[in-house]
Amino acid sequence: MCASVLAGCGDSGSSDSKGGPEKSNDRGPITLASGKDTTGTLQAQLDRWNKQHPDEKVTLVELPESADQQRQQFIQNAQTKSDAYSVLNLDPIWVAEFAANQWIDELPANEFPLDKMIPAVVKTGNYFGKQYAVPFNTNAGLLFYRSDLLDKTGAKPPTTWAEMKETCAKVQKPPEGKDIGCYAGQFDKYEGLTVNFSEAVASAGGEVVDAKGKATVDTEAAKKGLQFLVDGFKDGTIPKQAATYQEEDGRRAFQSGKLLFHRQWPYQWALAGAKDGSSKVAGKFGVAPLPGLTGPGRSSLGGLDLAISKFAKNKATALDFIKFFSNEANARTNLKVNSAAPPYADLYDDPALRKQFPYLATLKESLATATPRPVVVRYGDATAAIQESAAAAMSGSQPVDAALADMQKNLSAAIAEK
Amino acid sequence: MSVITPTPGRTVRPSRPARTSRRAGTGGLAAALLSPTLLVLGLVIGYPVVAALRLSFQVSSEGIDPSTGFVATTTHYGTGNYAAVFSDDRLLRPWWNTTSFALASVTLEVLIGVCMALVMHRAFRGRAFVRAAVLVPWAIPTAISGILWKWIFNSQGVANSLLDTQVLWSSDGFHAWLAVVIADTWKTAPFVGLLVLAGLQIIPGELYEAARVDGASAWRAFWRITLPLVRPALVVAVLFRLLDVLRMFDLPYILVGPRKHSVETLSMSAFNEMTNLRFGSAAAYATVLFVYIAVVALAFVKLFGADLLGRGTRSEP
Repeated sequence: MCASVLAGCGDSGSSDSKGGPEKSNDRGPITLASGKDTTGTLQAQLDRWNKQHPDEKVTLVELPESADQQRQQFIQNAQTKSDAYSVLNLDPIWVAEFAANQWIDELPANEFPLDKMIPAVVKTGNYFGKQYAVPFNTNAGLLFYRSDLLDKTGAKPPTTWAEMKETCAKVQKPPEGKDIGCYAGQFDKYEGLTVNFSEAVASAGGEVVDAKGKATVDTEAAKKGLQFLVDGFKDGTIPKQAATYQEEDGRRAFQSGKLLFHRQWPYQWALAGAKDGSSKVAGKFGVAPLPGLTGPGRSSLGGLDLAISKFAKNKATALDFIKFFSNEANARTNLKVNSAAPPYADLYDDPALRKQFPYLATLKESLATATPRPVVVRYGDATAAIQESAAAAMSGSQPVDAALADMQKNLSAAIAEK
Repeated sequence: MSVITPTPGRTVRPSRPARTSRRAGTGGLAAALLSPTLLVLGLVIGYPVVAALRLSFQVSSEGIDPSTGFVATTTHYGTGNYAAVFSDDRLLRPWWNTTSFALASVTLEVLIGVCMALVMHRAFRGRAFVRAAVLVPWAIPTAISGILWKWIFNSQGVANSLLDTQVLWSSDGFHAWLAVVIADTWKTAPFVGLLVLAGLQIIPGELYEAARVDGASAWRAFWRITLPLVRPALVVAVLFRLLDVLRMFDLPYILVGPRKHSVETLSMSAFNEMTNLRFGSAAAYATVLFVYIAVVALAFVKLFGADLLGRGTRSEP
């Protein structure tokens, strides 16, 4: 089976160097390869498509829940040039790698309503000026804060790091405020650290990798960004335990009332607001955009992008399906049913949705200035280089300057490839 | 028993000529009967080893086409991967972690395992229950026990609240190394205990009776009777554990996390290279690990005479 498919693919593969799936007329059954559907809502959407397109049915191929394992499956599939996966649901950080290795096809950008989407989010599907993937959903960090404690001191949600420290000092002054930690994010040595470090650099006005694809962590802004995190650990703004925090550790700390400010993804809203007793801070917190050095900070982007495998059959169907799957109606459903942040800008202003998800206004603000994580083909090496040096500086085992010099060297090496 | 004093009957062998003439025929038949097994072993063990070895000499270099952004890969054969592996501390650190894990946890496991076996060997009420209970950690898949211990060693976890400390176990450092040793010992001491228990059970009670008659203390009986006789089982247990720990991957990976210097093992280095699609370099790491384990195992067998081929236990002088 594979051989005949390969032959067919090889032909279209060589002929479409200038044109992508829009040149294809092949229609028929396809597959959607996506991480484990923890929400249980994907199949219902596929069923709607399948009902309308009985001859072009889409089958869901569920991959493991862990992102690393998904990537491995995708890559194995690409390396054997298998047609088992037609449409890929990719983490945005993989788009560059997949595009550069020619595992996914360029998409006809003008056939998608990209202008209705938030520009930074659209950029996550872009590599070398071409659109290889379109956003399925997105995500950005928010500053969760304890509104009850802020009200008590008459403070407003901070927009800068200095303000945040001031507010903390005020809240921690009375004896009952002694035990509360000021700020935490995701500082364990894993992908979350790359996200948080990139945010700190962007919030200080810098960039990890510039528009030309060059590493720029040896700049003054990058230094100020990392310095904020390092000083935070040194002066106790960030509790020591936060060095081991991933998303869930920080959420537990925030929910048990041990944190005043917490950088977190929007999913924490529903869990921290649960009134079943699992959260001690229900009704006592609010969200704001992330703070920065001199003004509001900039978040890193999460989310998922849809792409078409180079080795897929029936690419015309695949293209149509992506258009359907990523359309605004589906994005609205996904937001409503499993609170996935939509890429479409106007959904954030929808009164009904805003009522259901009060954090949408803040999330829109955060998304408007958000930056994609560094676009590097060898992303695995790049994120390792970032985590290595950031963790060394934050634990105090390396001075900030030396850590950034190392990071610049290793990041440049990952970008240059050898 | 035959373990200690070979029965006279054993030394009587059939007359030689009859045996040699039969050997030719049975030898051919044996080879024919074994050939499917050998073929399968060759396919699932021999081929991958050779293929990995070949892969480890395959050096790839990649560049990005500045106009399209596409990756262009060129491959040639050479020793570049090994040169990279042996440069700076990329090998030394994981090698030392691997070795120190093996030394520390196997030592602890042997001490605790032997104690467990001695306890389980006693006749007391609820012995069956204790034997079953001791096996529970061994029966739990490593990945699951990794998650369990990750919770225990969480910054807000049980370990910290019991010890009344604020140790950040899962952050890089000696404590992370210690956490892995503790979790590994917890999980695999029962394995050592069980193998030693099997060894204990074949020691005839008369020996202890004789020792008592001769006026030996319990301590002396342990050193002069129990330990020598349980040695073959113990050596096999230690060898298995050594091989197991030297290729340790799952426990540190799950309990502490990837790329943490203090717990990164050689297997994790190989895995890290593989996930970043440097298969040649990953194969080089794997080959180095393979050779290292082979050398350790060989040295161990030579030193302690582990009886892996089932020649029967030799009586010690």
